[in-house]
Amino acid sequence: MTQYEPVIGLEVHAEMLTESKMFCACPVVDSTEAPPNTTVCPVCTAQPGVLPVINRQAVEYGIKVGLALNCTINEFNQFARKSYFYPDLPKGYQISQYEHPLASNGWLDIDVDDETRRIGITRAHLEEDTGKNIHMGSSSLVDLNRAGVPLLEIVSEPDMRSVEEVEAYARKLRAILVYLGVNHGDMSKGVLRFEANISVRPTGSDEMNTRTEIKNLNSIRSLVRASQYEIARQIKLVESGGQVIQQTMGFNEESGKTTVQRSKEYADDYRYFPEPDLPPLNIDRAWVAAIEKTLPELPDAKRERFIDELGLSVQDAGVLVADKATAEYFEAALKADVDAKTVANWVTGELFRLMNAAGVEIEQVKVTPEALVDLIKLVEAETINNNTAKEVLEAMFETGHSAGEIVKEQGLAQISDSSALEAIIEQVLEANPEPVEKYLGGKEGLFGWLVGQVMKETRGQANATVVNQIMRERLEGMRKA
Amino acid sequence: MTLSLEQVTHIAELARLALTDEEKERFRDQLSAILDYAARLQEIDTSAIPPMANVLPVDTVMRDDVARLGLPPEQILANSPDQEDNMFRVPVILE
Amino acid sequence: MTELTELTIHEAYALLKKGELSSVDLTQAYLDRIDVLDGRLHAYLAVTSDETLEQARRADERRAKGEDDPLLGIPVAYKDVLCTQGVETTCGSKILAGYKPPYTATAIDKMEARGAVMLGKTNMDEFAMGSSTENSGYGVTRNPWDTERVPGGSSGGSAAAVAAQMATAALGSDTGGSIRQPASLCGVVGLKPSYGRVSRYGLVAYASSLDQIGPFSRSVADAAVLLGAIAGHDPQDSTSVDMPVPDYIAALTSDLKGVKVGVPKEYFIEGIDPAVERIVRAAIDQLKELGATVQEVSLPHTDMALPVYYLIAPAEASANLARFDGIRYGPREQGDTLWDTYCQTREAGFGPEVKRRIMLGTYALSAGYYDAYYLKAQKVRTLIKQDFDAAFEDVDVIACPASPTTAFRIGEKVDDPLQMYLSDVFTLALNLAGNCGISVPCGFDDDNLPVGLQLVGPAFGEERILRAAHAYEQATEWHKRVPVLSG
Repeated sequence: MTQYEPVIGLEVHAEMLTESKMFCACPVVDSTEAPPNTTVCPVCTAQPGVLPVINRQAVEYGIKVGLALNCTINEFNQFARKSYFYPDLPKGYQISQYEHPLASNGWLDIDVDDETRRIGITRAHLEEDTGKNIHMGSSSLVDLNRAGVPLLEIVSEPDMRSVEEVEAYARKLRAILVYLGVNHGDMSKGVLRFEANISVRPTGSDEMNTRTEIKNLNSIRSLVRASQYEIARQIKLVESGGQVIQQTMGFNEESGKTTVQRSKEYADDYRYFPEPDLPPLNIDRAWVAAIEKTLPELPDAKRERFIDELGLSVQDAGVLVADKATAEYFEAALKADVDAKTVANWVTGELFRLMNAAGVEIEQVKVTPEALVDLIKLVEAETINNNTAKEVLEAMFETGHSAGEIVKEQGLAQISDSSALEAIIEQVLEANPEPVEKYLGGKEGLFGWLVGQVMKETRGQANATVVNQIMRERLEGMRKA
Repeated sequence: MTLSLEQVTHIAELARLALTDEEKERFRDQLSAILDYAARLQEIDTSAIPPMANVLPVDTVMRDDVARLGLPPEQILANSPDQEDNMFRVPVILE
Repeated sequence: MTELTELTIHEAYALLKKGELSSVDLTQAYLDRIDVLDGRLHAYLAVTSDETLEQARRADERRAKGEDDPLLGIPVAYKDVLCTQGVETTCGSKILAGYKPPYTATAIDKMEARGAVMLGKTNMDEFAMGSSTENSGYGVTRNPWDTERVPGGSSGGSAAAVAAQMATAALGSDTGGSIRQPASLCGVVGLKPSYGRVSRYGLVAYASSLDQIGPFSRSVADAAVLLGAIAGHDPQDSTSVDMPVPDYIAALTSDLKGVKVGVPKEYFIEGIDPAVERIVRAAIDQLKELGATVQEVSLPHTDMALPVYYLIAPAEASANLARFDGIRYGPREQGDTLWDTYCQTREAGFGPEVKRRIMLGTYALSAGYYDAYYLKAQKVRTLIKQDFDAAFEDVDVIACPASPTTAFRIGEKVDDPLQMYLSDVFTLALNLAGNCGISVPCGFDDDNLPVGLQLVGPAFGEERILRAAHAYEQATEWHKRVPVLSG
């Protein structure tokens, strides 16, 4: 029985979050919220006689992404017209790049199952986004707010061989875009869209078979589910002797299946030709070099630094850099004099647990990095122990109050005072003569139980170290007696 | 060279023109004549010649990223034959 | 009041400045003449009477406040291919019937800043595609010299308006000869600036890499003033050059001493009307009288200009006209489906010549044919430009006819598109090269039909062609002849 492997390439459309659109001065806004047709002008609504003018910032953002993806930034750029008819494309053509894109021949490293794989990036080019069609029964309504927003289309080589790799690539790419500050990564706002090109072949062969294209995937989850379904569909088809047909597919969220889209509305022949309204763009080396200097530390470099300089584990470092906001949170905490590993443990452990349970992102968390550090310092000062600290964090998470306030309000300060603890230890020893005798008779394990009783008495607030020390002394004292 | 009727039909589809049969025949003849005439270009050796998509002595024209409000919906929609809720209305787009 | 409508811009300016004439009176004179003549000539698609007189009033006020400008208060007409906010702009097409642009073309903004008064929008071949104005969706314009004949195209309405003294001057557009050819056929001055000299923002695009806006006028000096008003960099047009606008009037001299005129040998062969050849050669001799030296030059790829043009222009046009779909503006033929709506709207809205060129352009760009047609044409275009560049190393201006014939009869060439395309054989090449060109009246044939002398200059060489044209004009009387017209 032949084993099959998927061959997957991803095309990602990322909006470049500039102030104004790609070819006109209309503001770039959240098109899921702005009232329809309120950020439009003669140019982006394709009135007769209008002309495009290139937004320099969009080009700069594109260069940043190209550099972050290890691409060659091409000196000679030419925009091109891509012709097809669709109501959300007012000119009847999209201004894009065809033969002379902004960037080419790069790569992105992804980590799957503790292995690093390099996924090739074929090219990245600039184009303008389309408007939106809203379906209302027997008609469709067209909103052109989004028409003309700058888009960077990033095309990968068909190097991915599993759904896990697809997910890793998507997450990594999104993280990089957010790190660069060119896109905010919120896919529910439509600022980032994926298309998957999928084919299958016998595992280990180098055939490149007919592929299908799955469009309009608006979340990583949809990307994953759609890919899974399509791979299985194709394998089943091929195993039963069928042929994969080159088609454009959509993904039905409810059924979890990929479906063929009507091809008639999608022009096969885009009739690309150089955009006569835009002279060529020559991107000089000096400009690229200047931009390169402004690149922030990207996830991989940051991860390496966390491992090498801060001594974090590969696992923790990876988790902390995967999302820009998390990395920023972590680094803000480190501004105080506090142990990096401890902070890492708290963030990736307890804080993440609370965030997941509440379904919030780190940007929404009420515990500031500084507040977390305060909590850690209370533990270091032995004002509270680790267990109490967890409870305190939970309260901080709910209320946004500081650790100090909560410890005070709830009287959670750790009991470290020897005389107070001695008294409680006496009580416990007197109340439990049999376990004491058994311990003295050799049952070492009961020591822990006895300490546990003290913790119970003090509602967990006893300083465990001190309790251990005093208990040991007292019991040894009894032995000698 | 003569275009076939299928070719003419295909081009009309790409261009979204609902040509009548009479028009298709007429265009078939006229376009074929024009393309025949244009075929003389093939006589010229252009292997070493770059295409001239742009005669201008300029390149790299860009603008600053400054946002400016355009026109209000009423003005943009003023010429539209069919609209609803400040949007252009068209027959449903089938997916 | 006919005398007022005979005034050139310069003559009217002199009277306006002295206070001997008001813009309102001048404008009213034109409106009256349009009333009398345009029913027959049909140069205008829209005359904006009330707004026009209001503009004239404002111009008089500005003058009273001390403003001094040769264009202040001068009534002009604009080809309907130029967007005018709130004023119907149809491009001679049914597909834009009723369309009122939400903005105004930069060139017109500049004219209005200088105080020019808009008389109205003139007729044209639909979407600037044509050489006779017979392709207008709103009826043909008649040549004032013989109303059974065409005024030329595509800016036939603007040319006829100026020739019939229904406007002091006008703006048109030129993609393959659409200013120079009608200027020649109507006996007026018509100038196509170098590509990039005048902003195209607001000029409804036909062929983006070839289109330019330019003036029609009764004298070369007037054309110089108009060019000075509309030329200049526009940040909204990435293809407009950021170069200073010279004082074009200062370039005008009365002689051509030291000027080298080139006559392209390829332009004086088959197809040219013998009378046109005779008259143009006589005009070139006149240039010699004025001190110029004349020599033969060669533009070897001349016979490639037509096929190159008729691949590149329709290709660009096929994309430029894709926006005309009845969704955001223009009349719509609603179908059951979106597909039907597109196809029926465009079928009903476009005339045959536009459809033909869209089909041709779509084909030239389509998969499998792009290299052989569009790309090939762009390469030969380079050769055509190189021809001109080489010629201009030896000469300062090139002289030739603007049209191979005088005005032909209405209906004569409509059924043979290729024949019609040949009307542009002398004008096309310089659009492809991006050069400037002017047509100036240089005689009349035996039927009293005008002939134009075309003077071609290198890119941004408008000063030298204006100089040559002005010197020629001032040494001759052709520009003083007017057509005999009655209501």
